Amino acid sequence: MTPLLEVKGLKKHFPITKGAVIPRKVGAVKAVDGVSFQLEQGKTLGLVGESGCGKSTTGRTILKLIEPTEGQILFKGQDITSLKGNKLRRLRKDMQLIFQDPFASLNPRMTVEQIIAEPMKVFGINKAARRKKIDQLLDVVGLSGYHKNRYPHEFSGGQRQRVGIARALALDPDLIICDEPVSALDVSIQAQVINLMEDLQKEFGLTYLFIAHDLGVVHHISDQIAVMYLGEIVEYGHYHELYEHPKHPYTQALLSAIPEANPHLQKERIVLKGDVPSPAHPPAGCKFHTRCPLAQERCRLEKPIMKTVSPTGQQAACHFVKEVGHGDRFVVPK
Amino acid sequence: MGENFLLQVRDLHTQFVTQSGVVKAVDGVNFEVKPGETLGIVGESGSGKSMTALSIMKLVPSPPGEIVKGEILYNGDDLIKKTEKQMRHIRGNKISMIFQDPMTSLNPVFTVGEQLTETLRTHRNVSKRQALEHATELLNLVGIPDPKARLKNYPHEFSGGMRQRVMIAMALACDPELLIADEPTTALDVTVQAQILELLKKLQKELGMAIIMITHDLGVVAEICDRVMVMYAGKQVEFTDRFRLFDVPKHPYTWGLLNSIPKMEKEKKRLKAISGHPPDLRHLRKGCPFAERCPKAKASCRIQAPHLQEVEPGHLVSCLLYEEEKVTLE
Ligand SMILES: Nc1ncnc2c1ncn2[C@@H]1O[C@H](COP(=O)(O)OP(=O)(O)OP(=O)(O)O)[C@@H](O)[C@H]1O
Ligand SMILES: Nc1ncnc2c1ncn2[C@@H]1O[C@H](COP(=O)(O)OP(=O)(O)OP(=O)(O)O)[C@@H](O)[C@H]1O
Ligand SMILES: [Mg+2]
Ligand SMILES: [Mg+2]
Repeated sequence: MTPLLEVKGLKKHFPITKGAVIPRKVGAVKAVDGVSFQLEQGKTLGLVGESGCGKSTTGRTILKLIEPTEGQILFKGQDITSLKGNKLRRLRKDMQLIFQDPFASLNPRMTVEQIIAEPMKVFGINKAARRKKIDQLLDVVGLSGYHKNRYPHEFSGGQRQRVGIARALALDPDLIICDEPVSALDVSIQAQVINLMEDLQKEFGLTYLFIAHDLGVVHHISDQIAVMYLGEIVEYGHYHELYEHPKHPYTQALLSAIPEANPHLQKERIVLKGDVPSPAHPPAGCKFHTRCPLAQERCRLEKPIMKTVSPTGQQAACHFVKEVGHGDRFVVPK
Repeated sequence: MGENFLLQVRDLHTQFVTQSGVVKAVDGVNFEVKPGETLGIVGESGSGKSMTALSIMKLVPSPPGEIVKGEILYNGDDLIKKTEKQMRHIRGNKISMIFQDPMTSLNPVFTVGEQLTETLRTHRNVSKRQALEHATELLNLVGIPDPKARLKNYPHEFSGGMRQRVMIAMALACDPELLIADEPTTALDVTVQAQILELLKKLQKELGMAIIMITHDLGVVAEICDRVMVMYAGKQVEFTDRFRLFDVPKHPYTWGLLNSIPKMEKEKKRLKAISGHPPDLRHLRKGCPFAERCPKAKASCRIQAPHLQEVEPGHLVSCLLYEEEKVTLE
């Protein structure tokens, strides 16, 4: 079966320019630097990693909101990398985006009805059909008919996020890229929105690329999880296997940092030294070596490739993946 | 007074007068902060957490907002009675705040160095050079590499996580006695968050600073808060130490919050959300504001308002489940 979405060697380098009159390129921010994955219809891929590692840029490049620098994006088996004009517009119908900030992403001067109707208008769906669809959508996301004439500021954060979801669903998309859809919500409202997204996935066979910082939420919603570091995927695997047996030292550090809602627990943290290097000057060899507690000479020179590290298809890009232990967390050398 | 409190908030009421009615954003809140302790504030979005913090700083946007009642005793002195000039001396010096919205505290047209030295020079009688040195130290302290060069950068030249750290540096500039941190780590990934929590703990130990930590991450609460106040619709519904909060929570809203956290187990269960929506603060009905959504609500909950009371030593709850029934139903 062809996956719904396949990304091969995707790169997005933002040029750094100098000179106001005649700008010349003096470098590049390697925001996404060779990302590959497949995503099957009806499944959810979670995307996690340090702030600034390129998660949002990956999402936006797939949606072709920004032009990829290199690589291929296959959607339903079709290469959409260089799609333009009308064809791109038609494709947009099948791929939608839900943003982090439900307030900033909704036009404050439009009523909920206008907000949800807008994408349908753009695609020339007639008024009667729009009306009917809006009622259906409000029902699906758990809002009532009387909410239609209200403005975004009259809603709570959770309700606004529901409006955003209704808008994303208006054109019956196949793929939804969710960029931190619940980060701004408190846990009880967050749970409502996640339950809703799961129901919709079951009902309509939706496929999600789910970006978030909250690793508990990502674990809950994802089938597979990809961990990014400085523009690259460094580990990929089944949601639970990856959390139970992280192989890459970065994944291990990341998971060890999750604050647990249990005051009796004294967690052993793997504290990473230093800061994330700038994506304009990523380190040579393994990009993680400057902060890795295991780094050796080899890591500074040779770039590790993704290799399969478990029978279930977990993959990691680390020279020491075997040494790191067969499923056990390593001990930080003093 | 047996105990020594740094801050005592008594019966605080903060309102917004809008065209569609009065919003009781903070509606009779009481708490105190001891020197060196960390008090957590959690609660529904819109429940008045930020407004409680802004009231203490006397930075409630006015109009339409106003502190209409209460006392805010700082070392025994009522801040509500202070003039704006007196407050300016206290803010950033004795009490400082990390704001929920990062851009409110960083000015985009000045470099980070200019802003940090400005804060230092307003409150401390130091030379420009000393201020610069101290600013460099501060950036170093919050883990920003190459701090000296970074002082020359404007806020937009930092990544989100770094900007947040700059704000923390700014808030710590004058060794405050009380730091109010409003969602200081929400936009950060967990590794940076862990670094910042460690930093706060360290500074607290070294400087004896007290912290009011507003967050919706219950993991953060479990990790660093000594005591926790849970808010709902402008009121405090539960107030106790972090162990009791997680071990023997009493208020049904707190149960709902704790149940909503995803469990990270292999077998996934549907999340237990609290059904319904937070109430409209302009049109609060009588009785308990949580009654509409409460799985334990009795008929009397819609009639009689509960009062915050100590149901076990050091454990305060505002819920009729723990009060004797005073209302008989017709
Ligand atoms: N338009 C742009 N021009 C130049 N650099 C950019 C642009 N957009 C993003 N970047 C840079 O690309 C890198 C990746 O950014 P991106 O927003 O994808 O990160 P992210 O993983 O989503 O981070 P966060 O978790 O903080 O949202 C960052 O270093 C960022 O500064
Ligand atoms: N300028 C304003 N005019 C009218 N009402 C306001 C104004 N600012 C805040 N409010 C109301 O005051 C109440 C308390 O707001 P506050 O910002 O303290 O909530 P919060 O608990 O910090 O929520 P969050 O978790 O979303 O940050 C909210 O219901 C809000 O709608
Ligand atoms: Mg992002
Ligand atoms: Mg707030």
